[in-house]
Amino acid sequence: MTTAPLLALRGVSKRFGAVQALSDIDLEIHAGRVTALVGDNGAGKSTLVKTIAGVYTADAGTIEWKGRAHRIARPQDSQDLGIATVYQDLALCDNLDVVANLYLGRETRSLGVLDEVAMEARCRELLDSLSIRIPSVRIPVASLSGGQRQVVAIARALIGEPEVVVLDEPTAALGVEQTAQVLDLVELLRRRGLAVVLISHNMADVRAVADEVAVLRLGRNNGIFPVAETSHEEIVAAITGAADNAVTRRSARTLTKDGAAPSTDAAADDDRNRTTEAGEETA
Amino acid sequence: MSGTTPTGEQEPAGAAAPVVDPRLLVRERGMAGYVEEFRRKIRGGELGAIPVVVGLIIIAVVFQSLTGTFLTPGNLSNITVYIAGPGLMAVGIVLVLLLGEIDLSVGSMAGLSAAIWAVLSVGQGVNDLLAIVLAIAAGAVVGTIHGFFFAKIGVPAFVVTLAGFLGWSGLQIWIMGSEGTINIPRDSLVRDFNNFYFSDIAAAYGLALVITLGYAAALWTGERRRAAAKLPNRQMVDLAVRIGLVAVAAFTVAYVLNQHRGLPLALVIFLAVLIAADFMVRRTSYGRQIFAVGGNAEAARRAGINVVRVRLTVFTIASSLAALGGLFWAAQAGGASKSLGSGNLLMNVIAAAVIGGTSLFGGRGWIWSALLGTLVIQSITTGLNLLGMASEIQYMITGAVLLIAVVVDSVSRRTQRTAGRT
Repeated sequence: MTTAPLLALRGVSKRFGAVQALSDIDLEIHAGRVTALVGDNGAGKSTLVKTIAGVYTADAGTIEWKGRAHRIARPQDSQDLGIATVYQDLALCDNLDVVANLYLGRETRSLGVLDEVAMEARCRELLDSLSIRIPSVRIPVASLSGGQRQVVAIARALIGEPEVVVLDEPTAALGVEQTAQVLDLVELLRRRGLAVVLISHNMADVRAVADEVAVLRLGRNNGIFPVAETSHEEIVAAITGAADNAVTRRSARTLTKDGAAPSTDAAADDDRNRTTEAGEETA
Repeated sequence: MSGTTPTGEQEPAGAAAPVVDPRLLVRERGMAGYVEEFRRKIRGGELGAIPVVVGLIIIAVVFQSLTGTFLTPGNLSNITVYIAGPGLMAVGIVLVLLLGEIDLSVGSMAGLSAAIWAVLSVGQGVNDLLAIVLAIAAGAVVGTIHGFFFAKIGVPAFVVTLAGFLGWSGLQIWIMGSEGTINIPRDSLVRDFNNFYFSDIAAAYGLALVITLGYAAALWTGERRRAAAKLPNRQMVDLAVRIGLVAVAAFTVAYVLNQHRGLPLALVIFLAVLIAADFMVRRTSYGRQIFAVGGNAEAARRAGINVVRVRLTVFTIASSLAALGGLFWAAQAGGASKSLGSGNLLMNVIAAAVIGGTSLFGGRGWIWSALLGTLVIQSITTGLNLLGMASEIQYMITGAVLLIAVVVDSVSRRTQRTAGRT
């Protein structure tokens, strides 16, 4: 990879009370590439996404945008940089129609008055360009199906012409056909040169569209793998920590003597981390 | 009516219309399409203003047959004056309800505002207009205090405004001091809120004409722009029916008012506030933000909306309108008193907003429910007064009407959910 990363996280940490949700996370996002972010429940994926999106602020570490460190304290800061986030819960207003949701927080105005016609025209254009089919752009979002809501949420992320799109489990609640549609959309975004961060539990989806897979385990980096050269098992092993057994430990020890291998000190802290993780659930 | 061609294949092939989802129930061309859409809306629970309008007609028929004097121009004209005070307060309540919150302090605020105006203007000799402005400004301050505790500190609005309900009526009594009541002086503008009529018949008809033309122009230019942008737009028949209905309503009201004393100042101010508020809610970013916060506050926050600011300012507006409404209320009562704004005023105002079709659950409603709901409540009150019913009976009947309205709201919400609408 020769290009400089569009977005880079350097040593990002986030604490919730006694729970260290993220510790020392490094991540680089490149334009025109799909980076999958995987990990078990409670690995810190959603926390990381919300840190990038400005819903949470990082306690430590820096977020670099095009090589310059930026402070992201509010969702607005992240949007202003050019990062669009599609949250797991979609964050749509059910009572508003599709156009209003797409333009929420950045309405088109002429002379201080909402320009509904311009917004609706642009909205239809965008949905058509993404081959998104919804019954009407003037019905409340509540009356759309799960898949339609998901694509509306993704379309909303694209209204602001972002450079990075973060998708938090976009396929988790979808059927086969809708999942395929969302994955098509991800590929379309990559073709347009956008950087995509895709969070998913579904390894098949990840392997289908991602260029590289970043694994989080218990709030820490647990390896970044190029999808093409990594087997399914290796990624799963990194997610579950199955890589951490007697054999790998011995090989790690020999490697560490050479001073080359990444440390796998996670196992020793495993029990402590598990208890704190349980605390996170109740917190 | 000739536009109903049952053969759909005659659509021009060269229209190059985008492929439409086959599951979507597209409105057919022609009148049949409108009838079909109307039926679907009724079945889906999107009743709109229909229940209220039907209710108003029933109320009018019942009281006319019982009293024989309900539909006289004098009585109807009086109703349009009486609704101004509670109606202005109801506009504020509608805004608060759109946020999904409640303001229980509007009655106390109305009384406090009247007390401040009366003590300043009559007691201290402050300029009348300045005293009115100060009373409304006091409303803004009170609303900002409510908004601060609710939006910034995070105390539930119910509790904050309940505290306000007690606290502000205490302040009202304290301000009034040894005076039991302060009557409105003859030359005061507040008296005009109740007594001034534009007696020239041109005034009422002129206003009706301006409203009709304004509505027609807004509708017409909007649809023209939609057509130019190749968006689905309404048919001419649809526009004509809408404009016709507004015109009939406006000119009927103007005619009735002219049969009595002319166009009341109170109605003019009330309508101006309604139109301004409706414009703000439906045509500005701020209005859109109110709906968004009422629908899903967290989604609104993540969309970059300053939720705290929206909540705070809505409470400021609500209390300011309550203060303005309080002056109208005082005008009707003939003066400010220690007990003005207590009793069932608060409940009537909240009931009016809900009866008019604004949901108690937030994010759903329209400004005109303040007008429709207040009309229902005031018609019932006036009718019962004509029948000579005691106030306890009025309380019971108003309570029943409120219950019916909330039941309609809840049931239509449920029907809408099964029909996939909010």
